[in-house]
Formats: sequence, structure tokens, C-alpha cells
Amino acid sequence: MNPKRTNNIATGVIYGLVGIVVLILLFLIGYILFNGVPHISWQLLSSPAQAFSAGGGIRDQLFNSLYLLVLTLIISFPIALGSGIYLAEYAADNWFTHLIRTTIEVLSSLPSVVVGLFGYLFLVIQLNLSFSILSGAIALTFFNLPLLTRSIEESLNSVSDLQKQAGMSLGLSDWRTITRIILPVALPGILTGVILSAGRVFGEAAALIYTAGQSAPSVDYGNWNIFDPASFLNPMRPAETLAVHIWKVNTESVTPDAHLISSASSAVLIIVILVFNLGARFIGNWLYKKMTATR
Amino acid sequence: MKTYNLEEKSIVTIEDEIEISSDNLQVFYGDSHAIFDATLKFPKNQITSLIGASGSGKSTYLRSLNRMNDKIARVEGKIMYQGTDINSIKVNVYEVRKQIGMVFQMPNPFAKSIRENILFGLKSNGIKDKEVLDERLETSLKEAALWDEVKDELDKSALSLSGGQAQRLCIARSIAMHPNILLLDEPASALDPISTSKIEDTLTELKKKYTIIIVTHNMSQATRISNYTAFFHLGHVVEYDKTSKIFMNPTMPATADYIAGAFG
Repeated sequence: MNPKRTNNIATGVIYGLVGIVVLILLFLIGYILFNGVPHISWQLLSSPAQAFSAGGGIRDQLFNSLYLLVLTLIISFPIALGSGIYLAEYAADNWFTHLIRTTIEVLSSLPSVVVGLFGYLFLVIQLNLSFSILSGAIALTFFNLPLLTRSIEESLNSVSDLQKQAGMSLGLSDWRTITRIILPVALPGILTGVILSAGRVFGEAAALIYTAGQSAPSVDYGNWNIFDPASFLNPMRPAETLAVHIWKVNTESVTPDAHLISSASSAVLIIVILVFNLGARFIGNWLYKKMTATR
Repeated sequence: MKTYNLEEKSIVTIEDEIEISSDNLQVFYGDSHAIFDATLKFPKNQITSLIGASGSGKSTYLRSLNRMNDKIARVEGKIMYQGTDINSIKVNVYEVRKQIGMVFQMPNPFAKSIRENILFGLKSNGIKDKEVLDERLETSLKEAALWDEVKDELDKSALSLSGGQAQRLCIARSIAMHPNILLLDEPASALDPISTSKIEDTLTELKKKYTIIIVTHNMSQATRISNYTAFFHLGHVVEYDKTSKIFMNPTMPATADYIAGAFG
């Protein structure tokens, strides 16, 4: 076979494979949006869920999802950043760091139900945190850490060693070189990691059923006292998220419009993830330009 | 390649004032011995070239002088600078690197603006006074012969500069710290001839203020700019003398063969 023909066939096969991926994605997203978007209304987004009658909304579930995401990131991002910096910049290549990396890989392949049940036994029961946003956020941190740590480590590693040498040759400390020279360059990659893990947190249900709970008590969105049980910011209250809600209305709900609510909720979930991605990219680009002066 | 008796060497005695010297310097990468007994004295405000084939240890030696080999290789022996052995663990390595600047083979400007590239090191060392910073920015860029080309776009990204400009920016970044010594590791090997000649002019100008040690593969470059030349072979300093002597009338057979192009 001549090289040109081989090349044409290979290109064709590759295009075909990409086409399959794109088709599956378009079909899934299109199906969810097509079925869900017509049912999204202000009423759905602004009213609480109903247990028995039709016309319930997803206000609390939507807020819970966002709040849980923020809390999870607040807990997991600093830990992941620290360990990512350690693994990329300080860690020697020995059995101990191999052990850490293996542990991280094992952690990232844990089934979410296992993480959920562990969270239930350890956080909810043992530490007496009860079904709460905090329990959920800590359980999701277990999920989040491997992904985030690895992506931060890889983004830092992808920054040329020449940059570090330049910093060293000016008599700067390792810490200053890492935080002020290497981190800004690695920022877009780190952000991609955050976005990916945020999508996972947002869509997670199994681990949350046992930790953040399945109920969404009505809360007061005007009450900013974080310690007040009625406050929407109180992390110690149970909180059903959007993904859990979708699961619940589909399995055990008795409301007549369950199908409609789950379709609309799924569409909202996807749209929110999309908005979060775009927003994070936008802020990330802005920060990157500001820090590196690449205009 | 012929084998030479590496125990024989010819090292000139330098009459001028000495800025920095190494005394029986040994460098090891793990078990492999990379530099053997390097004893060299570098005269103040002159340019010294380190030449030799790839793998002869000249870059390794250069990087040891400002402790860039810390954590990478084991360096034994003394490096005397201003009456102190700066190879001792007790010495503040950050202070050493401030006084002994380094420019690398590949231009490595920070992903920051041209202005920040020069000022970042200064600000990190606590210089806040805007007048001082502006003055350093301008003089260091002028000394590196870059000012005229960038003075109107100081806030543009340094990554938009050409290779030659970026390398001169790196030189400016080093001299903005007011070092006493400038180490250059093949600074022109990735550049075109015009940029190379600009860098060489810059260095010739800079030696009035700084002591310069440069690793180079380019023998005509060594003849053009340096006062002294050290020839490295397989980790040994084989010959060290005035540049004119090394290139016109080398003492050691290995030097003569290298210069004649017999290996390398």
C-alpha cells in the first residue's frame, strides 16, 4: 500500500472515531436539553420542592448544589494545591513518593458508593456531623483530592525548568520562585483541573445520599448568620442536591409531575455546569493575563 | 579520539586581581565523577572563556560556581570569593546567587512584562523605591543594549521578544541585581549571527563593570571576546592561559588537537 493511501485510511478512521464521540455527546446533551429546557420556568427555579402535589420547584436543591461545590472546593483546593506543589517541586523520586502517587491513583478509582458509605459511618455517625452539607463536602473532598492533586502536579510539571532556574539564579527562594513565577504560568492547567472536578462534584449523587442527606429543609435566604439552623449558609443542615433530587424524584417520588421535574432539573444541571465552566475559564484567562502580562 | 595524559596540565599564574577562584573542585553526579581537581583563578573585570567538547564538564563547572548544582550534584572543594568559601553549607546561597548572576543557554524570560522581568528580582529583595526601580530598569536595559528596542513597550509580555532580545533581557535581568560576577552558559548558541554579535558587543562593554565567565562552543567567539581561556577535557582542566596563547600556541597536545578540530 502506498503511503498516501495509508494516510488517507488512517485519517478517515480517526475522523470516524471523533465523529462517534461527538455524536454520542450531541445526542446525550441534545436529548437532555430538548426534554428539559421547555419545562424550565422561573416558578421551577424559585419555589421549594413538593412532596406530593405537582408544581414543586428546585430552588433549594439548586442552591445546595452550588453551596456544596463551594464548600468542597474551599476544603479540597488548598490541600490539593499544597500536595501538588510538594509532588511537583519538592518530592524526591523514592519509594515514599511512589507510595503517595499510588495511593492517589487508588483513591481516584474508589466507587462513589463506597466513599458515601465511608462518609456515612465515619463522618455522619462517628464524628457526629449528622446528615449535613459539611459531611457531604468532606466526603466529596475524598473524591476531589486525587483529581485535583494530579492535575495541579501535572500543570506545575509542564512549566519549563528554565523558569525555575531563572528564579534561582536571581537568588530567589524556592518558595517565591514557585508561587510567583511557576504558579502563574501553570494557572490555566490548574483551572482545567478545578473545572473538571467541579463538574464531578456537581453531578455526584451516590456519595451524597449517605452524607448530605436526601431532605431539603426550607431555609431562610435572608438569614446570613452561618450558625443559625434556619440560615441558608448553615453548613450543618441536611441538604439534598440537584443530582440527588433527580435520583429521588425518579425512584421514589409520588408527585404527578416527577418526570417533568427530573427532565427540567437535568437540563438545569447541565446548564449550570456549562456556565460554571465558561465563567471559570473567563476568570482564569483574566487572571492569567493580569499575572503574566500576555496581552 | 586519542587518549591524553589527563594528569598533566598547564595552568597559567594570574598576576591581576582575582575575583573568584576554585580550589581542587570535584563534582559528582551520583557515583560518576564529573569534574576532577579543578583549580582555576578568574581575574577581575576580564572575560574568561571555558571551552571543551560536549560532556567535558565546562557547564557543570560553571554551574557549581554559584551553587546552581545544589541538590543536583555533589560539589567538593573550595570556591573562594571575597575571602569566603562559598561552597560551604553555612553560606547563604541566595546571597551568593545575587552576587554571582547567571545567564543560560536558552533564553528564559519570565512569563511577565519586560518591566517585571527586570524588577521582579529587585522587588523580591525588598527594593520598593520607585525611583531606584526605574533607574535600575533603564540602566540595566541600556547596559544590555536592549533599551532602544523596548523602551516604548516595557509593559508588553517578555515572551513576545525575539530570541536575541530575550537573551539580552536575561542579561539585563541579571545585571539589574548588581552582581559582581556574571556567569554565562553558552548564551549565544541558540541565536542567529546578528544577535550573537550584539551579545558579544554587550559582554565586551559589560566587563568594565563585571567579571565574566562564559562557556562557549564557539572558538572564534572565545578568541573575539575573552582575555583568558580554560580548556576542559573529560572533566579535567587541561590548560588555562591567555586566550591568545591558547589559540596561537597551546602547550598541551589535547588543547592543540581540540583547537585544530581533531575532536569535539
